[in-house]
Amino acid sequence: MESRHAEMVAAQPWLPQPWIVREVIRETADVVTLSLQPGEGAAAMSFGPGQFNMLYAFGVGEVPISISGDPADASRLIHTIRDVGLVSRALCGLQPGALVGVRGPFGSCWPVEAQAGQDVVVAAGGIGLAPLRPVLYHLARHRARYGNVVLLYGARKPDELLFGVELEAWRQAGIQVEVTVDHADAAWRGNVGVATTLIRHARFSPRNAAAFICGPEVMMRFTAAALEERGMAQERLFISMERNMKCAVGFCGHCQLGPEFICMDGPVFAWPRMRRLMAVREL
Amino acid sequence: MPDVPATDARILQADRLDRLFEALIARGYHCVGPTLGEGAIVYDEISGSTDLPRGWTDEQAPGQYRLKKRNDGAYFGYVVGPHSWKKYLFEPQRRLWQLKRAGQRFERTDEPPEPKRYAFIGVRACEIAALRIQDRVFAEGSFVEPGYAKTREQSLVIAVNCTQAAATCFCVAMNTGPEVREGFDLALTEILEPSHHFLIQAGSERGRELLSALPTAPCTAELQQAAKTAVAQASRQTRTMETAGLKELLQKNLESPQWQDIATRCLSCANCTMACPTCFCSSVEDTSDLTGDHAERWQRWDSCFNPDFSYIHGGEVRKTTASRYRQWMTHKLSTWFDQFGSSGCVGCGRCITWCPVGIDLTEEVRKMTQPEGGRA
Amino acid sequence: MKHLQDVIAEHPFFQDLESAHLALVTGCAKMASFKSGEFLFRYGGAAEHFFLLRHGRVSLEITAPGRETFRFQTVGPGEVIGWSWLFEPHQAQFDARAVDDVSVIQFDGKCLRGKCEADAALGYNLMKRFARVLVQRFTDTRLQLMDVYGKQTR
Repeated sequence: MESRHAEMVAAQPWLPQPWIVREVIRETADVVTLSLQPGEGAAAMSFGPGQFNMLYAFGVGEVPISISGDPADASRLIHTIRDVGLVSRALCGLQPGALVGVRGPFGSCWPVEAQAGQDVVVAAGGIGLAPLRPVLYHLARHRARYGNVVLLYGARKPDELLFGVELEAWRQAGIQVEVTVDHADAAWRGNVGVATTLIRHARFSPRNAAAFICGPEVMMRFTAAALEERGMAQERLFISMERNMKCAVGFCGHCQLGPEFICMDGPVFAWPRMRRLMAVREL
Repeated sequence: MPDVPATDARILQADRLDRLFEALIARGYHCVGPTLGEGAIVYDEISGSTDLPRGWTDEQAPGQYRLKKRNDGAYFGYVVGPHSWKKYLFEPQRRLWQLKRAGQRFERTDEPPEPKRYAFIGVRACEIAALRIQDRVFAEGSFVEPGYAKTREQSLVIAVNCTQAAATCFCVAMNTGPEVREGFDLALTEILEPSHHFLIQAGSERGRELLSALPTAPCTAELQQAAKTAVAQASRQTRTMETAGLKELLQKNLESPQWQDIATRCLSCANCTMACPTCFCSSVEDTSDLTGDHAERWQRWDSCFNPDFSYIHGGEVRKTTASRYRQWMTHKLSTWFDQFGSSGCVGCGRCITWCPVGIDLTEEVRKMTQPEGGRA
Repeated sequence: MKHLQDVIAEHPFFQDLESAHLALVTGCAKMASFKSGEFLFRYGGAAEHFFLLRHGRVSLEITAPGRETFRFQTVGPGEVIGWSWLFEPHQAQFDARAVDDVSVIQFDGKCLRGKCEADAALGYNLMKRFARVLVQRFTDTRLQLMDVYGKQTR
């Protein structure tokens, strides 16, 4: 993805560019979506689905956050952030008008356009729906280009489900949307059970499908295994990995997993490249 | 020195070594090189031959380093110390930027440091190999680290051929030395017998220009031979490493019990990674002032031996020393090939010398290659 | 209307069941339906049946005094519910409640056990099918226990 923003980051890879918080959407108790617009000196950003930015909470620190917006809409930059630490908490607490530092976009993309004519399975767990949202926007917009499209989305509890409005819009657009939660009380009328339990209800042809999987590592492992069991080819499964990323440009060494730099070779990988590595403890 | 045309080899008398410093300083270079400090031979800013560790050598073994007096006046009669040149190109700590939050923009309030023009004096063959390896990390990948690239580009490498090897050296096995073959501006060979001279060659245009400014004489066949003999002595190394098939072997042994065995000795102190001339990992730290409107970011050397290194939400990926040592060794000797097309090890032996418990990389590789019971 | 045997043959649980066995199991089956909120079976009750779901979803639950009803899984069309009919003492281990209006194929456990005892090949075949479901449920439960989306404390 070539863009002026990317060029600026290439020239000064350590320097965050200024962006302004335009809108804050509280998704759940600990998840916030920020809509950003370029500040003075920053340029609009084009990106591919699956790419991430380093978001800098001024004076606090920087964390990698996937872009959760629509890749066709370059007018704003959307990030969905879960409050899990010092920096993400600071980002979640930002108000409209606040300045946030952005470096990016970095990393590999979900190869969604390459699946034209095929069935597409999108499997998300928890906050893992955020990095997949650009894929779903794309699929919904170009629904006719693809065969069956199914979203399998698992979350912890009903009140931790993200993007309720979009889930409905994607259903309307002809995507089979299946949602489940790990835990629920009797008030919840939807599915209960881990994300993998949805696979048996998904309508797709395993031999003519690709899958994009994002969630906690264990969830991705089990989902990939279940999709393989359903007859999908390993090389048509894609996952998005997380490791400690400090620089996002291959300098700092933190995000290595075996031969891979997650920041540059990933975060999106074809499953066969990760399968063996993920099976090794503490790699 | 086989690659350098004989016409290029000149002789500089040892007592005129300061003419080299003068020429470098006149051209605006900051001279850095070996000097005595911290009970070792370290790299620091130097201004002339009197700063060099003349008449000193180093004695090294696993977990051991001792300075010893030589009974001659050799300027470069040591091998390698705890420092490496990376500290000038990739500083142990530096401020990346200082920013002020001003309306809808960031105002840069620091003066971005002007990259220095260094003359690295006394660079060994293995160290040139290490510089080339870090070039691939910082200057030849998808992204370029501007500070590194600029400093590296405008700095001079004044190499010195080794004429002796430490007990910890294994550059012959790693095919990085002991002769300086490429990647230098000037290369010196110190000759003590029959008289104290430097055989000096240029390896670049800048080196040629510099050489022309020095009071040199043509090299005689006798001195040429003396230099050859001196460098040959450095090829006699007690340590070695079997590199054929090592990349694959380590990948097949990710679950080897040997990692646990190493972990019973390894203190996870990170010394090996600090001393290693190719280790490049770093971390950043963000701070702000009390108003919250001024902030800065610092970069510091980090190590895969630090528990926090692999931290992701929920905890560290590599909780055990066994997993951290495995990361270090498999990265250095195996996955480095996948990432940068070469080994990450140059055979300088620093990790062996500076390991407080004397873990010997070559010995651990040997055990991995020929495990007891013979299963490879 | 479809013949009962065809409906059973089409259900994923009995995929590729040989026709002789299909006839045997059909002899113990009937169609049934449950209204939303109705229980298919309850904890502690006699486990006399198992069910293949055709339409609607069923919630598997455990209740305990002073606690919210713990819903550990929902099962939907194409899935099977109930295995206590296979094992002594043939008592249900949890509640199964229809979330939606549900239609099922209901099998008489006693009838089927008798046929399994008489025909070891059928018994083994059925046991393999149930074992697979049980393993799947175990795997799901392990994953659920890990609480993978939960916040980890250091």
